Amino acid sequence: MMRRKTVKAAFLRSVPVMAGYVVLGMGFGILAHDAGYGLPWAFAMSLLIYAGSMQYVGIGLLTGGATVLSAILTTITVNARHLFYSISMIDRYRDAGKYKPYLIFALTDETYSLLCDGKVPEGTQPHRFRFLVSLFNHGYWVLGTVLGSLLGAVLPFSTEGIAFSMTALFVASFVEQWRSSSEHLPALTGLLGTLGCLLLFGPERFLIPAMLLITLVLTLLRGRLSPGEGAKK
Amino acid sequence: MTASAHSALLVAVMAVVTMLLRFLPFLMFKKKTPAYVSYLGRVLPPAIIGMLVVYCLKDVRVLSPPFGAPELIACLLTGLLQAWRRNSLLSILAGTAAYMLLVQLVF
Repeated sequence: MMRRKTVKAAFLRSVPVMAGYVVLGMGFGILAHDAGYGLPWAFAMSLLIYAGSMQYVGIGLLTGGATVLSAILTTITVNARHLFYSISMIDRYRDAGKYKPYLIFALTDETYSLLCDGKVPEGTQPHRFRFLVSLFNHGYWVLGTVLGSLLGAVLPFSTEGIAFSMTALFVASFVEQWRSSSEHLPALTGLLGTLGCLLLFGPERFLIPAMLLITLVLTLLRGRLSPGEGAKK
Repeated sequence: MTASAHSALLVAVMAVVTMLLRFLPFLMFKKKTPAYVSYLGRVLPPAIIGMLVVYCLKDVRVLSPPFGAPELIACLLTGLLQAWRRNSLLSILAGTAAYMLLVQLVF
């Protein structure tokens, strides 16, 4: 009974990501197809790389015949933010046992935002729940990719704007975390620090400076944030 | 090397580097997490979500019409609904539907 309950709860948690992943996955499948990389390529990339923006950039690397070194550097630049996700999941995933490798592999922006608050529905097995949320999301992404690669641009209705569901997911997560905590400095640091770096460095180069700035500010705030956190519980 | 062998190599490189980035912190702090890293782990989530909100909106042009109005309206709707009802699915669906209507029919 607990197993079924866990599957159902994990599915419900993953629903907000479904539309966005299917559509963005389709976008990737279409892009890859148009660049001359058909189903096997798109499928393999979504299955094995499983990092949305990197895959879009990756098609450019493939068609441009990039060198291995530039592929390595581009991947580090685009995906460095995943270091953050893993750091903040270290204690939570520590004892995940057999689920641990997959949980780490599948830690995308969206999966992170669904799981980072640490809340797990009552009556479910926490690691199994997190594993299933991750697996459902991965499934949506691969499914979208396959559909996009096969069907191409023959959709009967306009999906323009549907990718906004990812933005909406992060906005909703942001507000939810804001409401459930009385300490707003970390949230403000992330929002305003990144915005400042975007204005300063431009949309192509702001992410890594933003990560460094956030780490620096949070490190400086440690004396202020650390004792309070323990006392509030 | 043939073109498709080189492509396969690049795909493998992207997959391995992405995986390394995801696994690195876990490999570095295998035994015991230093207090500083645990602290970062605790305060990073709200900061990262804030970063991701900006990251999603990075290509919005605020200096030319429609001046980011669809994004602003849809983000406000999503955020206010979430603050009011605390139901993520509802907020995301409503915000996305509003955005789609705005970009397809209004702006």
